[in-house]
Amino acid sequence: MIEERFDAIVVGAGMAGNAAALTMARKGMKVLQLERGEYAGSKNVQGAILYADMLEKLIPEFREDAPLERHLVEQRFWIMDDRSHVGLHYRSEDFNEERANRYTIIRAQFDSWFSSKVREAGATVLCETTVTDLAQDAYGRVIGVRTDRQDGEIHADVVVLAEGVNGLLGTRARLRDRPKPNKVALAVKEMHFLPRETIEARFNLSGDEGVVIEAAGTISGGMTGMGFIYANKECISLGIGCLVADFQRTGRTPYELLDHFKRHPSVAPLIEGSEVKEYSAHLIPEGGYKAIPQLYGDGWVVVGDAAQLNNAIHREGSNLAMTSGRIAAEAIFQVKSRRLGMTAENLALYKRMLDRSFVLKDMKKYKDMPRLMHTNSQNFFLTYPQLISKAMQTYLRVDGTPKSEKQKSTLKSFVNARSWTGLFGDAFRFARAWR
Amino acid sequence: MKIERSVRVEDKLFCNRYLVDAGRPHIKVRAHTRPSPQLLALLRACPARCYDLNDKGQVEVTVDGCMECGTCRVIGEPTGDIEWGYPRGGYGVLFKFG
Ligand SMILES: Cc1cc2nc3c(=O)[nH]c(=O)nc-3n(C[C@H](O)[C@H](O)[C@H](O)COP(=O)(O)OP(=O)(O)OC[C@H]3O[C@@H](n4cnc5c(N)ncnc54)[C@H](O)[C@@H]3O)c2cc1C
Ligand code: SF4
Repeated sequence: MIEERFDAIVVGAGMAGNAAALTMARKGMKVLQLERGEYAGSKNVQGAILYADMLEKLIPEFREDAPLERHLVEQRFWIMDDRSHVGLHYRSEDFNEERANRYTIIRAQFDSWFSSKVREAGATVLCETTVTDLAQDAYGRVIGVRTDRQDGEIHADVVVLAEGVNGLLGTRARLRDRPKPNKVALAVKEMHFLPRETIEARFNLSGDEGVVIEAAGTISGGMTGMGFIYANKECISLGIGCLVADFQRTGRTPYELLDHFKRHPSVAPLIEGSEVKEYSAHLIPEGGYKAIPQLYGDGWVVVGDAAQLNNAIHREGSNLAMTSGRIAAEAIFQVKSRRLGMTAENLALYKRMLDRSFVLKDMKKYKDMPRLMHTNSQNFFLTYPQLISKAMQTYLRVDGTPKSEKQKSTLKSFVNARSWTGLFGDAFRFARAWR
Repeated sequence: MKIERSVRVEDKLFCNRYLVDAGRPHIKVRAHTRPSPQLLALLRACPARCYDLNDKGQVEVTVDGCMECGTCRVIGEPTGDIEWGYPRGGYGVLFKFG
């Protein structure tokens, strides 16, 4: 048993936990961080796009030695039906800047690096340690943790729950609900290895330039979901995720869906001849603003995915995790330096600070989006993509049909599929949720 | 669902690294005679195909290929059909890339 007492215990060495542990250790606090993986990152799965700004706030000089893959110069959105895609590409030379804004990363490598910074800052980091329970006193106040390493409890003034989307400890201690099937997506992903030159040729890249593709449409078979294809230096991350409730309802299997996506005529040529070196799966919080649980209590705060802080519309999660981790740490430090107790009342500062940051502002902006997407999944992920593809094809195919007839038939196919009220309703609801 | 048969999950899992904690499964299925709809859903929803039917028609779990995603927890824990936890520290799936 560890007899020492810590200022703070951080559970988890993912994006949120590392940000929190680093921030507190740098401020001179005595921090213990516990991670169940063999090393930080060995349990973590991500696309993955890293947003530089939020990391810069923690480690300004990160570009010097962080394991970065490619800086993004191009973003593609694809609306797919079974044989085609309609795409929006944005590419700009401006993204070839010295301090690039977005990078692709490989989480296992990135997290190890991030963790080394936490150690350098003076925190005690124990890997291969699963926290099994929160230790609570007779009043329900969190006073520490229990692990599978040793009997007994390790005590601290405050526990930062950075345990990721499953949030086992918080739910076991009844601090928040278990994630629900309609509030989390299951993503499956593969790592496809190819020679660097092949990747650069296929994606039209040179040097460390990178591109990411986000894809939606019939690839999710009417379920609420998205596919992604990210170019790294020598491999391509490719995956697809859909709501767990939709998997449950449809009986579609995740690997079948992934396979279907890989065989799509727009996708297959990008990965042709590649060697798959890993298959992974992970949940993503999709509940949005309305699913955010109580964020603090007596002796504890919750950050990152465990708090459902994930912006599914913009595919941002790690930056919200890092930022909430940092803000929680700053709030804790303020409470400590005022020599106040780590009570719910005092830790409410964390929530107030988070309210003022982009984290909760962005989450709030899209508060109606998850419900709209989840209840209209057939329209948004099946009907519209098919209609759009058909419209494009009708428009582009030169076959002697007068253009005015083509336009009429396109419009008719939309109205037949969704009716005027349906179309206006969807457009209105979408606009309102987006606003 | 014709594609599914062509996808062999075992082959996919083969490229992953695991440290199996032999004799200490981190997920357990509650004893049952007839599986609930939730348990049956796990046969298809688990991305590692850890769940299977035995010859008595009951759902069984083999956690060796588990990627610790939590999907079965979300579906099967509320009804009490399964008990879900993480493997002991250091054990289980070890992603090289993630
Ligand atoms: C397929 C996929 C693609 C994504 N793409 C992007 C993207 O491109 N950009 C982006 O910004 N976000 C993306 N996200 C979201 C992003 O990965 C998460 O939002 C982010 O990782 C959350 O960080 P976190 O620290 O809260 O949780 P995690 O990174 O999941 O970390 C939790 C940590 O806690 C540890 N842990 C859990 N329980 C215990 C315990 N009991 N004891 C000890 N340790 C424990 C885990 O091992 C893990 O290391 C993606 C997610 C997925 C699944
Ligand atoms: S945690 Fe995920 S991979 Fe493991 S058994 Fe459950 S559903 Fe399958």
